[in-house]
Amino acid sequence: MSKIDRTAEVEETEVALPILNVAPSPHLSDVKFTTMRMMTDVLIALLPLIAMSLFMFRWYAVKQLLICVIASLAGEALFVSMRGRKVTLKDCSAAVTGIIIALSLPATAPWYVGTIASFVAIGIGKVIFGGLGMNIFNPAMVGRAFVMISFANLMSAGAYENSAALVDAISQATPMNAFKSSAIPTPIFDLFFGFTNGSLGETSALAAIIGGTFLCVRRTASWEIPASIILTVAILAGVADFSAGDRGYLLLHHLFGGALLFGAFFIATDPVTSPLTSFGKVIFGVGVGSLVMLIRLFSGYPEGLMFAILLMNAVTPLINRWTIPRPMGDA
Amino acid sequence: MFFFRSREFPGKGSFPHGIHPPSNKFYSAGAEVEVVSAPKKVVLPLLQHIGSPCEPLVKPKQVVSCGEMIGEGQAFISASLHSPVTGKVKKLSVVTLPNGRHLPAIEIQTDGEQIDPDYLWKEITETDWHFSAVTDYSPDEIVKMIHASGIVGLGGAAFPTHVKVTPNAKRLIDTLLVNGCECEPYLTCDDRLMREAPHSIVTGSLLAGRALSAKEIFVCIEDNKPEAIDAIKKAAKNTVIKIAVVKTKYPQGSEKQLVKAVVDLDVPLGGLPADVGIAMSNVGTMAAVAMGVIKKMPLTHRVISVTGGGIVNPKNLFVPIGISMGEIIDYCGGLKKDAVRIIAGGPMMGFAFSDMNTPVTKGTSGVTVLTHEETLTGEETSCVRCGRCVDACPMKLVPTRLAMAARYNNPSLARRYHINACFECGSCTYVCPANIKLVQLIRTGKAQVAASMKKQ
Repeated sequence: MSKIDRTAEVEETEVALPILNVAPSPHLSDVKFTTMRMMTDVLIALLPLIAMSLFMFRWYAVKQLLICVIASLAGEALFVSMRGRKVTLKDCSAAVTGIIIALSLPATAPWYVGTIASFVAIGIGKVIFGGLGMNIFNPAMVGRAFVMISFANLMSAGAYENSAALVDAISQATPMNAFKSSAIPTPIFDLFFGFTNGSLGETSALAAIIGGTFLCVRRTASWEIPASIILTVAILAGVADFSAGDRGYLLLHHLFGGALLFGAFFIATDPVTSPLTSFGKVIFGVGVGSLVMLIRLFSGYPEGLMFAILLMNAVTPLINRWTIPRPMGDA
Repeated sequence: MFFFRSREFPGKGSFPHGIHPPSNKFYSAGAEVEVVSAPKKVVLPLLQHIGSPCEPLVKPKQVVSCGEMIGEGQAFISASLHSPVTGKVKKLSVVTLPNGRHLPAIEIQTDGEQIDPDYLWKEITETDWHFSAVTDYSPDEIVKMIHASGIVGLGGAAFPTHVKVTPNAKRLIDTLLVNGCECEPYLTCDDRLMREAPHSIVTGSLLAGRALSAKEIFVCIEDNKPEAIDAIKKAAKNTVIKIAVVKTKYPQGSEKQLVKAVVDLDVPLGGLPADVGIAMSNVGTMAAVAMGVIKKMPLTHRVISVTGGGIVNPKNLFVPIGISMGEIIDYCGGLKKDAVRIIAGGPMMGFAFSDMNTPVTKGTSGVTVLTHEETLTGEETSCVRCGRCVDACPMKLVPTRLAMAARYNNPSLARRYHINACFECGSCTYVCPANIKLVQLIRTGKAQVAASMKKQ
């Protein structure tokens, strides 16, 4: 790059003979598709979710998004400069992390929860491993897991409810918790369009599907991961549904409820922490889907997406090692 | 269109993965081949092919005539060299080719009466080739005459052709693939040759097929060259030759990928197409075979493309081998102001050079001059393991792993990920959104692997 730039500068100043340079092949590259464009794609794909969170939670969502994005950018600037590296906020990866943290928090969480989650996400989730591309765990989920365990009373399923809140949605129980603890079913219509309480970004299945499809069509996210997660959850929930005699309600409840679609399209597809090959991605997706259902059906938590993704992140290097593709012609 | 026509060949017409770079063939695809007359001097390196160098047969001050053998390929894998001009031999010099090799070269000062290269071009492009004449030659004779004509693969690798067409009892060849894909962006020399000299290509293919006793001969052309497909189809009427129209995709013209696309066989890792009963040769080589065997004219001239955004008049030229790159560029009107890189070959696998005295060799398929804009790449950022390189790699490798193994000098990791299967097509570097120089690092990695193997 620097070499070419210099040539260009010289050319501008003295319009003499062309100045030639040499470089090893290939001499062409696809300049349209860059890492920054991938991140912008993610930001665009998150728009329906952000819009839905603003519609449902109003100023709670505005506050949470602002806190997390600002804290993430500040964290990135702080920790990267502590490492003595050039701060690159313009690659948008910190902004994406911030938005995903905000969308995964309850509207009721106080300001310090989002701030701490963001700083932990960037510092311990990412920069400590060597920055963008080097982290093992999804940074946003590291941050969220940290606050979930540190502030159990502010992040537990019950904390989502606040009858004193000015926004209607927050006065209800989250659909996953309502069903798990009191067996109160939320209408599928509400789950699909997102007229429920929950983490800011997880309520609407439709918004997640719209944004996620955009990501897969742009090939910024690999379709294998969401497809295999959704299929696995559908099969396991189908079995649970069948054995409970629920006539499909339980199946749709598990597909459209909770953070499943949000996580499948936006969190599990983080390329850094998911396997490289198609087959590896399918193994990863099946693992996430199975763990989600294991936690949802048999543990004390109503939702298990975050832990499922973190556990599969830990297995990703192993999956990569198992799925070294065989080159063409390898007997 | 071609897509709806049932295929005459067993393959799918394509291979897994690969990329679609802008083909930019418009610069020179419409330009008819122009004949360049003999330059003042030619420089002929003694090694223009894969194998051992040829032995010089001439001394300084000796007078040679056009077509005279001046270097003899004595080893089995070697090729002879013939003078493209009449003139006087000067002292043995040393040249550096764009691929970085320093080689002894014979320099010939043009002198006396020249054979008109127009005559040679007319001989190649004439349509009155008698295909039945092919049977006048026994397979042995054909191989001998190809050897005597100094013919090597004109697609770029320059492997001696007589070796390829020599039948081997251990590896019987049943199919000959004539490669007219020209998947490299910008280059159009094979396209033009197929349009303008289809009969010599067909004759050469029949000869090579006869030498190998091949049962089937396919001329493989990408579907972005309809004129070439038509021309070959017309010329090959009433012969055994079939046309395989394959998908336009880079690197379709690569040996293993084309075998996959046309006959649906996997060439074993580290092996050759011959291991699965396939011989492959470029269309230009086939035309040279026809000239060498039937018209007894050795390989002294070839078609090259001079193309790219940085050249004033992009052209296709019929040039004597040994002419300097500088003269060719001048013939095409010189460089534009924004030209920044001159490449021997195409932009994906060609070698950049800066010395205008570099000679055209048998393997030079073109000169591509790129502008500042065309060579633009972004700043390198971190790998986010997006897997684009994995989806692009035609060998189904994991380029990012190989490149990182090279960057951190870990030859055992590189070998676990099959680094030596990489043939350096550059698809991974082309697609990388983080602008990491993947294939360049992989080349370093191959050297590290070779060094670590030596130590053991």
